[in-house]
Amino acid sequence: MNTTTQTQSKTLLAPVLAMAVIGLTVLMAVGHAQSQTLHDAAHDMRHATGFPCH
Amino acid sequence: MLQKMMTGALIAGIAAGLLAAVLHFAFIQNSILLGERYETGELVHFAAPEAAGDHGHDSAMAEDGHDHGSHEHGDEVGTFERNALTVGFTVLLYVAYGMLLTAGFGIAAQFGKRITMTEGALWGLAGFAAFQMAPGMGLAPELPGSAAADLASRQVWWWSTVVATGLGLALIAYVRNALALVAGALLIAAPHVIGAPVLDAFYGYAPTELGASYSARVLGVGLAVWVALGAIAGRQWERSNLA
Repeated sequence: MNTTTQTQSKTLLAPVLAMAVIGLTVLMAVGHAQSQTLHDAAHDMRHATGFPCH
Repeated sequence: MLQKMMTGALIAGIAAGLLAAVLHFAFIQNSILLGERYETGELVHFAAPEAAGDHGHDSAMAEDGHDHGSHEHGDEVGTFERNALTVGFTVLLYVAYGMLLTAGFGIAAQFGKRITMTEGALWGLAGFAAFQMAPGMGLAPELPGSAAADLASRQVWWWSTVVATGLGLALIAYVRNALALVAGALLIAAPHVIGAPVLDAFYGYAPTELGASYSARVLGVGLAVWVALGAIAGRQWERSNLA
């Protein structure tokens, strides 16, 4: 039981970090990046989900 | 493990994103289009028509809002393309939120917490509070045609509020002692005590009635979608034997 928990702890750390980094990167790109193209494309979504848009 | 987590986050994010898109077109898009008609000066609410041209920044943005991406494409972007982009970016956004939720499940699992569909729905509520409700109490969802303070400072406040609210909720929900309760409450309150960047005066062009209904709709849709996202992500987590 203890071994299982420890194994799971070790194996979970890397994927958790990976998920967090990818998730934050996508969130920054779709929600906050101010490139004109991204801003225009994501405009309505940003307004509709409460991001500071422009 | 990563593949299982990613699959769960993708399924939850895509499903929630599609739900968000349906609700967006049912409740929100018409208000955006109406707000833009005030923003561009086509419709006027009390102010003189020429006032619409007075603010360089806003009128430049009004142009962007009106014909999206016209600089890139060389011609007016049609409604279909604009709406397709909205659907695509909405799905991407909720996929990103799904990944962050799933990463959060992973951290909770490290501490021996079991995540189920019900737990997931509660995480969804917390995500809504952290990513939409708390930032929205300082920076109300912006109807096109409303005015707001400097973008960079609003983005900093937005992120600080998201992080403080998320940490505060996690402390209160999972640490369960008096000190954590106080620390969590302080974290949640801090951004609002400091205060969001606001303008000294109001000069938005859109009617307040429209702005108020817009903000309420944005938050209502956000709540529904976040709970769905959390519930589906929690169910996926449970089914992949990650719980």
